[in-house]
Amino acid sequence: MKSVAVIGASLAGLYAARALRSQGFEGRLVIVGDECHRPYDRPPLSKGFLTGATTDQGQLALADAEEIAELDAEWLLGTRATGLDTGGRTVLLDGGRSLTTDGVVLATGATPRRLPGPMPAGAHTLRTLDDAQALRADLSSPPVRVVVIGGGFIGAEVASSCAALGHDVTVVEAAPLPLVPQLGHAMAEICSALHADHGVTLLTETGVARLHSGGAGNRVTGVELSDGRVLPAEVVVTGIGVRPNTDWLADSPLPLDDGVLCDAGCVTPLPAVVAVGDVARVNGVRAEHWTSATEQAAVAARNLLAGSTVATHHGLPYFWSDQYGVRLQFAGRRLPTDTPRILEGSPDDRSFLACYERDGHTSAILALNRPRPFMRLRRELATQAFAA
Amino acid sequence: MIPVCPLADLPTGESVRIDTAPPIAVFHTDGRLYAIDDTCTHQDASLSDGWLEGCLVECPLHAAAFDLRTGAATCLPARRAVRTHPVTVQDGMIYVHHAAEEGTAA
Repeated sequence: MKSVAVIGASLAGLYAARALRSQGFEGRLVIVGDECHRPYDRPPLSKGFLTGATTDQGQLALADAEEIAELDAEWLLGTRATGLDTGGRTVLLDGGRSLTTDGVVLATGATPRRLPGPMPAGAHTLRTLDDAQALRADLSSPPVRVVVIGGGFIGAEVASSCAALGHDVTVVEAAPLPLVPQLGHAMAEICSALHADHGVTLLTETGVARLHSGGAGNRVTGVELSDGRVLPAEVVVTGIGVRPNTDWLADSPLPLDDGVLCDAGCVTPLPAVVAVGDVARVNGVRAEHWTSATEQAAVAARNLLAGSTVATHHGLPYFWSDQYGVRLQFAGRRLPTDTPRILEGSPDDRSFLACYERDGHTSAILALNRPRPFMRLRRELATQAFAA
Repeated sequence: MIPVCPLADLPTGESVRIDTAPPIAVFHTDGRLYAIDDTCTHQDASLSDGWLEGCLVECPLHAAAFDLRTGAATCLPARRAVRTHPVTVQDGMIYVHHAAEEGTAA
């Protein structure tokens, strides 16, 4: 393989490029990114970057100048991929350019879902560095009323950051309780209580009808709920999930279904095309997790260089969230029927370790502010999963 | 010189965090004591909570690893080293000697 194009210059794309080089690929390496920024880490954007704890953009960089030089890649930043030919070797780029290589890594990530209708000034989604900078600018004013739409992890982290900045925060969640799909009812109830602990209002079982806006600059003025109530707001942040960036592949022969379908080795039906990160549906599962993106990249690179699936990804799903000064960590594969059990600590103290049990076995673990025992159990769980 | 704890309170395989600014983690492993800056250089996580294996400590958040002897980052996602600090034991008490800023390991 003499040349590889990595489409997507974020975490998964960078890790794929690194993996290709560390696995001996010495050919032409082109990295295409639609943002103008070099790869940066997204997790801090909803946390320290909003609150000002992480002020230096350089702290977000995933690779320093030395590593960028070592990668010896051609960077096409601020460039959007618009199509992939039927053979999967020619990538069309905006501006009428194209790129023909022997292998392609699809790492185009995902885009936040938006509310229908236009986004007035003061209304935000949060995915990119530019998004975070715009939101941070709106939060730098004296205390304002912030409405966060969506009580998932991004919504909770943003609400936490806004509360830490002294703003008046309301979280609106369509479900009876946020985080139930991820954590199950009992644990979701405990985690959702963090909002009230910190003076943030949580409104559940209500959708959003539309945003109100007006005045000079057509700024957002409020959020109209589906029951007709209007929550006044100077800033609105929508965190209602993401959709994988596959639109540009619609005319390609690749099978798409909420992601690029690929096998357990991240290989698509075209052997010269692999997919990693949020855009990839690996063996039927699309994981929007930082750790999955990094692990998949190494596997995908190996298979791309081998020309077929010689390695598969079986990593134990893992994610974490920092909110209200609490570090939440989760690992494993939980089913809704699994029963959680507190192993140590106490939910009242917002510090505990819990396992989810299925037929006498542990299927997943959850910790709030218990990193050390969590890590030990996570390693055990990963060993068991690998042996199974 | 910062007193940490009695040596008897830090068995092999254990670690302790001291609340200096920035905080320092002290490890007892392989029959030796090591002290490094406690905060992972990748993202805010306490290395004293990490997984200790030989002379390596793995960050409990993202599995970055550091060599306790040099402070060097040996595994992504961390790229920058943590500072190391000399450790001594006097009369059964562990002491850390806070390294100067320029003492940053390569």
